[in-house]
Amino acid sequence: MTGLRGSRRGVRRSAGAGRGTAGLAALLLAASLGASGCGGGGEPGDGTFTAGHPEPDHLVPANTTSSYSFDVLSGLFDNLVGLTREGKGVNLAAASVTSDDQKVWTIKIRPGQRFHNGEPVTAGSFADGWNNAAYGPNAYGANAYFSHIEGYAAMNPRDGRAKPRADRLSGVQVVDEGTLRVTLTDPFNQFPLLLSYPAFAPMPKAGLGDLESFEEHPIGNGPYMMSGDWERNRQIKLVAYPGYTGPRKPKNKGVTWKSYSSAETAYTDLRAGRLDVLQTIPSAKVPEARRLLGDRFLPREMGTVDYLGFPLFDRRFASPDLRKAISMSIDRQGINKAVYNGDYIPADSLLPAIITGHRPNACGDLCTYDPVRAKELYAKSGGFKGTLELYFSNAQPTYYQWMQIVANSLRQNLGIEDIEFRQVPASDYFAMLNKRTEKGPYRQNWEADYPSAQNYLENMWSSGSNRMGWKSAEFDGLIARANRSDDQQEALRLYNQAEDVALREMPMIPLWTWAGQGGRSERVGNVTITAYATGLLANEVTVG
Amino acid sequence: MWRYALRRLLQAVPVFAGTTLLIYAMVFALPGDPIQALAGDKPVPESVLRTLRERYNLDDPLLVQYGKYMWGLLRGDLGENYTGQKVAEMLGGRWTVTARLAVTAWMFELTIGVLLGVWAGLRRGRMADTLVLGGTTLLIAVPVFVLGYTAQILFGLRWEVFPTAGTDGGWPASYVLPGMVLGSLGLSYVARLTRTSLAENLRADYVRTANAKGLSRMRVVGRHALRNSLIPVVTYLGVDFGSLMGGAIVTEGIFNLPGIGQQVFQSIQLKEGPVVVGAVTVLVLIFLLVNLLVDLLYGLLDPRIRYG
Repeated sequence: MTGLRGSRRGVRRSAGAGRGTAGLAALLLAASLGASGCGGGGEPGDGTFTAGHPEPDHLVPANTTSSYSFDVLSGLFDNLVGLTREGKGVNLAAASVTSDDQKVWTIKIRPGQRFHNGEPVTAGSFADGWNNAAYGPNAYGANAYFSHIEGYAAMNPRDGRAKPRADRLSGVQVVDEGTLRVTLTDPFNQFPLLLSYPAFAPMPKAGLGDLESFEEHPIGNGPYMMSGDWERNRQIKLVAYPGYTGPRKPKNKGVTWKSYSSAETAYTDLRAGRLDVLQTIPSAKVPEARRLLGDRFLPREMGTVDYLGFPLFDRRFASPDLRKAISMSIDRQGINKAVYNGDYIPADSLLPAIITGHRPNACGDLCTYDPVRAKELYAKSGGFKGTLELYFSNAQPTYYQWMQIVANSLRQNLGIEDIEFRQVPASDYFAMLNKRTEKGPYRQNWEADYPSAQNYLENMWSSGSNRMGWKSAEFDGLIARANRSDDQQEALRLYNQAEDVALREMPMIPLWTWAGQGGRSERVGNVTITAYATGLLANEVTVG
Repeated sequence: MWRYALRRLLQAVPVFAGTTLLIYAMVFALPGDPIQALAGDKPVPESVLRTLRERYNLDDPLLVQYGKYMWGLLRGDLGENYTGQKVAEMLGGRWTVTARLAVTAWMFELTIGVLLGVWAGLRRGRMADTLVLGGTTLLIAVPVFVLGYTAQILFGLRWEVFPTAGTDGGWPASYVLPGMVLGSLGLSYVARLTRTSLAENLRADYVRTANAKGLSRMRVVGRHALRNSLIPVVTYLGVDFGSLMGGAIVTEGIFNLPGIGQQVFQSIQLKEGPVVVGAVTVLVLIFLLVNLLVDLLYGLLDPRIRYG
């Protein structure tokens, strides 16, 4: 009885306690309401906008190959050559880039340009930056991109333990303040496009003198300059640089790149109006975003292609007919619908559509789903014996999804029953491919460093660099002739001939080109996201 | 008591050495080549590979690597990650974020949890009790990320009460929502522990004595029953503070808070030993310290407990 009465009395007490809690909650709520009012994106009316992406790794241009760093760097720096939204080369810091023999290039710098700290941009700014980038012991991320230039080998001895014989690229000569002469190891007519790659940015003397503070506060020559230092894992604020004289004059006052560790969260912020531009909406949210964002949903083509490579060093894959049979038994459009909402583009060539030199249907029947013909070719090749192992990394869940469909196709259409999956940790995947320890077809993709057919073909199929163990003197010869040609049209024709050789032998089959989906807020307009390293054309965006 | 505290602190030294070695060994045993992982599919020249492997002692055996790491640590150098960032700097800014988040979650656990527990404990078997028991079971059963995204969509998107993500709103605005999500599991345990413990003590002899003396209900429950009942709760809260610091990975991800959990997760994927060990080392220290404090608190709650 006492217990009962006691607890009834307790009701009042704890009702009091309840009020206390309500009071506390109200207090917290009020405090947060007050603070969250100014917590959102860029402050309205100041002419700047926000864009979301994962955290960059470096802001010294040549020390990174990450697209998240490029987002920021392409605003901070004007390379000699830039890209139009169609992926054509256009002079930015250069007045001209010319060569008679495609081997020795003369570059005139557009006069009157200054870095954000007032230092003039000269031929030396480029030479210094490149020398710093190409020097092996500096261990810069984009070091390998300088290998076309004479003198690179002396700075990066094959035996990594040896001390380099030189610390400057002998092929880069400063003729005078406004002229740079670059000598390449081999004739290379795509060199101007290579110069658009972020690693070829100029470096001011102040930056090379103190690289540590340069990393926190890069000083560039581009349309935007840093406002404050890099706030790691939070944001990087760029504001329009008043002294900019180049062709990319900003139509806004600035852009703040906010760092997100989760794509879902970035998307939620876009929906909440706390973020103005998001270049990549997570694939699971794409159908919803398409519905919710309306004309603020921004789909785009991309330059990333997925391929399925064959280890030709394993004799079971030696027959081109077997490889062609596998290609023809894969239903590219079906997989695209099942895994990628039908947004990806089934491959009809080794090159994506955004690259000059892409020929629709270059692959022809070989990339067309045709189970009957596939079975015939498979029989002709003598078939496949043993276990077929399929290799892919765990970097994205969709890889496993489409590999399963591929496996089913091979079972049904070719009668290969014994199939196993080899899902490898992403950090191990390329090491495995480099050591050639895979025993079956493997997933491979490529994204253009600079928009040229050469960038795909030479990196992925030439005997010196391909992973398949494929050797073709014919292919290599055509690429070399194309690189040497002083006529761009002739070069393109030769690249396409080389592509035909690779298609004929099919050491690696193309699967599909990726598609990207972005979105914008109501505050911003004229948002263009290109398929190239430059990504978002930040200077074109209008605010308000 | 001071002798006891000192002895506990000295005991922490071997615990500390053991855990760091263990963590170092675990990261070392992870598959994958960190330098290759860094480069992705882009070519890396031999000269660059060699320089990086030497700079980060990657070709040394485990014990030599660990020795070099500890030698640096003794001189106050936490080392660098594989992109050349100083670990101390990387973690420095992040600790404040995680600490704020953990303290918010912890305060939430403590206040709401104890209050709910008392409420239910005083009304055992009745409506309030059933409500608390049912509600907390539900909270325990729902995965944190479901709770997180739901809270984000409701409070952030629909009602716009709190920022959806990030730390721009400062404390407490940006931390209330993630703190509540992170603390929800602990809250359930605290409420249940308090409830059971209080309900038991209410039937103890000393409570009956206090009641018989004619003390007010407030005094009986507050000073006598509750004080005793809080010993298991305080133990739990102490242990839980450590796990809140470390267990914030999911919450920090959902709410885009640049804290330690996020960093540890990324660093494990990149096989960045020095970062993982650095972060976890500090976690171990906090864990040891908080638990020492908890043990010392026992004496205040129950004077019969003596330290030998």
